[in-house]
Amino acid sequence: MPIITYREALNQALREEMARDDRVYIMGEEVGVYNGAYKVTKGLLEEFGENRVVDSPIAELGFAGIGVGSAMAGLRPVIEFMTWNFALLAIDQVVNSAAKMLYMSGGQFNVPIVFRGPNGAALQLGAQHSQAFESWLAHIPGIKVVSPGTPYDAKGLLKSAIRDDNPVVVLEGEMLYNTKGEVPDHEYLIPLGKADRKRTGTDCSIITSGKMALVAMQVADLLAKEDIHIDVIDLLTIRPMDVEAIYESVRKTQRAVVLEEGWEVCGIGAQVVDYIQRECFDHLDAPVLRVHQADVPMPYAKGLEKIAKPDVAKTIAAVKQVMYRT
Amino acid sequence: MATKIFMEALSPTMEEGRLVKWNMPEGAAVKSGDVLAEVETDKAVMELVARGNGILRRQLVAEGVTAAVGTLVGVIAAADEDIAALVSGAAAPTAAVTPPAAAASAAPTATSTTGAPPAAPAPPAPASSGPTRSSPLARRLARESGIDLGAVAGSGPAGRVIKRDVEAAVSGGGATASAIRRLPSAIGAAGSEYTDQPLTQIRKTIAKRLAESIGPIPTFYLTAEFDMTRAVEMRAAMVAQGEEYKVSVNDIILKAVATALAAHPEVNAHWLGDKIRFFNRVHLGMAVATDDGLIVPVIFDADRKGLRAIAHESRELAARARERKLKPEEYTGSTFSVSNLGMMQIDQFTAIINPPECGILAIGALDDTPVVVDGALVIRKRMRVTMSCDHRVIDGAVGARFLLDLRRMLENPLMLVF
Amino acid sequence: MATTKKKTSIKCEPVAVRTVGDPALDRELLQSMLLQRRFEEKVGEAYALGKIGGFCHLYIGQEAVSTGIIAQLRPDDYVIGTYRDHGQALVRGVAPRAVMAELFGRIDGCSRGKGGSMHMFDRHTNFLGGHGIVGSHVPLAAGVGFAIKYRGGDQVIVCFMGDSVVNIGAFHEALNMAALWKLPVLFVIENNRYGMGTPVEKAAAVDDLSRRADGYTGMDGIVVDGMDVHAVCEAAARAIARARTESRPSLLEVRTYRFRGHSMSDAVSGTYRSKDELDEYQSYDPIFSLRDAMVLASTMTVAEWEALEAEVAATVQDAWDFADASPEPPPAALYEDVLVDTTS
Repeated sequence: MPIITYREALNQALREEMARDDRVYIMGEEVGVYNGAYKVTKGLLEEFGENRVVDSPIAELGFAGIGVGSAMAGLRPVIEFMTWNFALLAIDQVVNSAAKMLYMSGGQFNVPIVFRGPNGAALQLGAQHSQAFESWLAHIPGIKVVSPGTPYDAKGLLKSAIRDDNPVVVLEGEMLYNTKGEVPDHEYLIPLGKADRKRTGTDCSIITSGKMALVAMQVADLLAKEDIHIDVIDLLTIRPMDVEAIYESVRKTQRAVVLEEGWEVCGIGAQVVDYIQRECFDHLDAPVLRVHQADVPMPYAKGLEKIAKPDVAKTIAAVKQVMYRT
Repeated sequence: MATKIFMEALSPTMEEGRLVKWNMPEGAAVKSGDVLAEVETDKAVMELVARGNGILRRQLVAEGVTAAVGTLVGVIAAADEDIAALVSGAAAPTAAVTPPAAAASAAPTATSTTGAPPAAPAPPAPASSGPTRSSPLARRLARESGIDLGAVAGSGPAGRVIKRDVEAAVSGGGATASAIRRLPSAIGAAGSEYTDQPLTQIRKTIAKRLAESIGPIPTFYLTAEFDMTRAVEMRAAMVAQGEEYKVSVNDIILKAVATALAAHPEVNAHWLGDKIRFFNRVHLGMAVATDDGLIVPVIFDADRKGLRAIAHESRELAARARERKLKPEEYTGSTFSVSNLGMMQIDQFTAIINPPECGILAIGALDDTPVVVDGALVIRKRMRVTMSCDHRVIDGAVGARFLLDLRRMLENPLMLVF
Repeated sequence: MATTKKKTSIKCEPVAVRTVGDPALDRELLQSMLLQRRFEEKVGEAYALGKIGGFCHLYIGQEAVSTGIIAQLRPDDYVIGTYRDHGQALVRGVAPRAVMAELFGRIDGCSRGKGGSMHMFDRHTNFLGGHGIVGSHVPLAAGVGFAIKYRGGDQVIVCFMGDSVVNIGAFHEALNMAALWKLPVLFVIENNRYGMGTPVEKAAAVDDLSRRADGYTGMDGIVVDGMDVHAVCEAAARAIARARTESRPSLLEVRTYRFRGHSMSDAVSGTYRSKDELDEYQSYDPIFSLRDAMVLASTMTVAEWEALEAEVAATVQDAWDFADASPEPPPAALYEDVLVDTTS
């Protein structure tokens, strides 16, 4: 199977879907001539022309709204935010327009749109450019939220997102674009709303998504050497969440750690823990622990940034704690 | 130095007492050991004695008032001593209050892993620090395998019982199960009054399951009909020898039961929740009906006493019981009990076990009964006994073997003099 | 700063005697405006009786704007607006019954009772909704214009907005891209002089709102008297033609006035505006001035007017009766319409 980067996988997904359906277009800052701030849209302008690969001014609110309006009128826009940090300027269009249109129109106007872009902290980008928005967006009924961690998942999920008739938020990992993985030659889709078991184990579940799925897999591989076997549940789609996959895993392992990139308060982990305590209460042998970013704006200084982020060491510590192995 | 007078636990089971009468007025000089008051416990009227010298400065509980054990009921102090501070606290219970486990408030902070690695779990708390902490999974596993969580030592943070502890308890059951089979020889060891047998897994499971099915004590009943003809003949022969040889059939039964118990420690036992105590001595309780209700005085070492001693002691205890003159130590400590309603023309009944004992024998009336002996119909003195057995301790066959021995003795009473 | 701001007048040109046009067309315009007027009066009554809840913004006084502009559209064109959307929905062709039922929160409402006063939607007439966040829908309009152009169509979209929208970022972002990409959008500012209780001159650093178009190359800024339905028709027709044939956006400021409060909870006058001011603007009533001109020109008799009134009253009463009889959405509807279960 070919090994390609996460960036190339996303690019393939866009290219394939644009070729498949001429209602699909991409709009955002620097997506055309510049080939994308992160080169995800490389070559698309050349292939599909400026009508379908649209460089927008720096006006997130405006072009996000244009995307929604065009979707109401029958197009299938892919709106790229240069980063999700900038999408806060457009959050009104995501939350008040895209997510609510179907409901407040009594089912008349669905909004088949994809909002995508890099999410989460990279390296030393400082407070305003280092945020993970999973919980912000997953809070909202009326949109779907996906967070792929591997090239394979990125391609399969983005293609499904583009074909979905609902608004879908795709949170890409800013640090993942250069990571590589196997992606098949043949076309495939990954269904939204289904988790993927990235490692199979019986001792403890790690429930995670996105970039943190890679951390979880590293943790699983390291702990396997200590004869601790982790079940890694990569949610892939955060909303709607594959709760059955969580239940099945936790009922098997009886211990869980929820690993997420974002902040603690009202985070994705809080929701996962709630699902677990409701449905797996009699199966738990330890409190469910969470690993997440420190509850501070991201610092610039390298050392501080490192200790602010969730990582392999913290996750191992949490796993050992729920296994009473500290 | 002032001495506080508390409502004391004057019987082993007393939780509160009614101050019947103050024997001394306020202002009276008191020496340690003086009887200050009479207190009615759940079983008898007892004496509350002074535990210090001085003046009985205050009576804080009036006559006729019931106070919980530990309540300050009075103060003994020097004539000029300031006791205001002591008296002002009288309303508050003075029994030691077990503080809530300190670890409880600390535990939740460990459940969220923030930027720093998680803190080490708190050391296991002493078992006495409160209700057993356990994970939901451990509770479910314990429920499913009939484990009493309270008897499992927790290895998790703050002594939390977790899955592995329950599993260890379950797998540990096999090892200790063999111990119970060796028990009779162990019980025979000289010099010890009893042998403590830790609960085996199977024992725990039986206890738990049966308790759930029937109530706090999972009781079953064994009924047997004994031929008492010879025992009645023996009694008649003894009575004919004069007043000093006068024994009742009941005395013969008590002697037989005591003798049989000595041979069957497996029914002469106490259920103590986390263990079973098998006694090498036989302290036989005998239920006595009084005007106030049932009380069970004890014939201590009944197996070692002769029939005459038993006859004398049972009469004396019964008489004092009816006068409410028994001291607590005379009605506690029995290892097995007998209740006889034969004189009330009850053919057969079941008696309620007096915990922590594990068995009680209910004696029915003697009756002339036609029975077939060697193919011929004859009239015999027959008597039905029913043994109530705590199934947590006594299995059916165990109880039956005991009754088999009892039958041999009562049907061949000369064995009692052997 | 020593500059004094000129209070904008509703009059764009010297006051002229109202004109009359084609009698049949005039009658249609009059009927359209009168339906909105009587409908909204009925809505006010229903609100007072508790039949309608929540926020509710009446269109009374502004009827010439919706009537004059929407009359220039084709059925395949698009309309999008604000939370003051009842009149536009009616003029666009949404049945009075469906609008009233929506206001009553009933299953037969045009948004199945899930939208309410602020969220009228109708796919059949390309009525893309009333939107409740000031300025939020302006980029949506540009997006519809984008889709039209993307497909090479010749439809247009009209985007109604209030005067306060011209100060919000979304407005500028949308107008910039509409001009940049030459999108077929007519942006209509319904300048009713107040954003809630704040007068235009205290909110906008420009005397003439249509001058907001000046910042965007190729975009015309037009001002028209919103009390003169003929003037509105004419200005809208020109701008819509420009959008349709040249794919050029325009910014049309229509000077109008609302005769009622911002919503149901504020006084008609006495706080931020005077009774005298209200009286003055009411003297320019777009409906009665057209009626009077027609009667004066003998293109309509008093009896015909009275017949029109009766016809409209019957329509409005029918809408009320229909809405009142329509069931509430069943509980099962709660979880419907959150997501669609399809892919394309």
